[in-house]
Amino acid sequence: MNLRRDVFQAIADPTRRAILLLVASQGMTAGAIAANFNTARPTVSKHLQILTECELLQQEQNGREMYYSLNPDKIKEIADFIEPFRKFWDDRFNKLEDIMKKHKTK
Amino acid sequence: MEPKTKVHAEDGKQEVVITRDFDLPIELLFKAYEEPEFVAQWMGTRVLKLESKKHGGYQFETSNPKGEVAFQASGVIHEFIPNQKITRTFEMEGTPFGVQLEFYEFEPLTDGTSRLNMRVIYETVAQRDQVLRLPFAQGINMAHNRLEEVVGKEMKEVKE
Repeated sequence: MNLRRDVFQAIADPTRRAILLLVASQGMTAGAIAANFNTARPTVSKHLQILTECELLQQEQNGREMYYSLNPDKIKEIADFIEPFRKFWDDRFNKLEDIMKKHKTK
Repeated sequence: MEPKTKVHAEDGKQEVVITRDFDLPIELLFKAYEEPEFVAQWMGTRVLKLESKKHGGYQFETSNPKGEVAFQASGVIHEFIPNQKITRTFEMEGTPFGVQLEFYEFEPLTDGTSRLNMRVIYETVAQRDQVLRLPFAQGINMAHNRLEEVVGKEMKEVKE
């Protein structure tokens, strides 16, 4: 069922993380991004495709050129990934507190 | 308001640190970890075994509403100092998360409040990251399942 790539898989790759950092401040064309790497251009294109599929990058047409930039919403999703984990423990500990408080007043 | 439970998971490390302040005296907080009946209540699991002492072991089991075993965890206790510290291993059976080492430090704050510092160490960074993302992934899966339910129903209605 899960055909779409996982954002965490996307950021597990060092080149892809470097690409995200590059386009963090301004939108860039595929050529300008590739110029920062020793990797072959098709490899960089593949990385861009994966990042775009995961919606970490957004594409914007400007004249003849396609610009890649960060999608802040998706980045926030990654930054917040630990929140459900925290919430899980918070819920558990709230329960612990309630149960032990009741025990105290018994 | 600051969240009551704090989670620190530094990038590239094998550990997670969870800190929580409780509105409970230290004795009651510790009891929640020491006595099987309380563990069962707050963790929502069956406690098959809990020997709260050095060299002791424990075993938890939870069933789903259909009565099938959905969760099994066990471990051994290496250190057990009442109202101060528990060191134990933890393993969730049938998962790729491996065995984790857990340090629980209990600290009195005032007569009626106390703090728990929980440090969990995983075998690899990848395993730790997987565990951290578990509730995140479950949340997304649940949303998907709900979507499927809703969409599934509508498709059925169209068919009928």
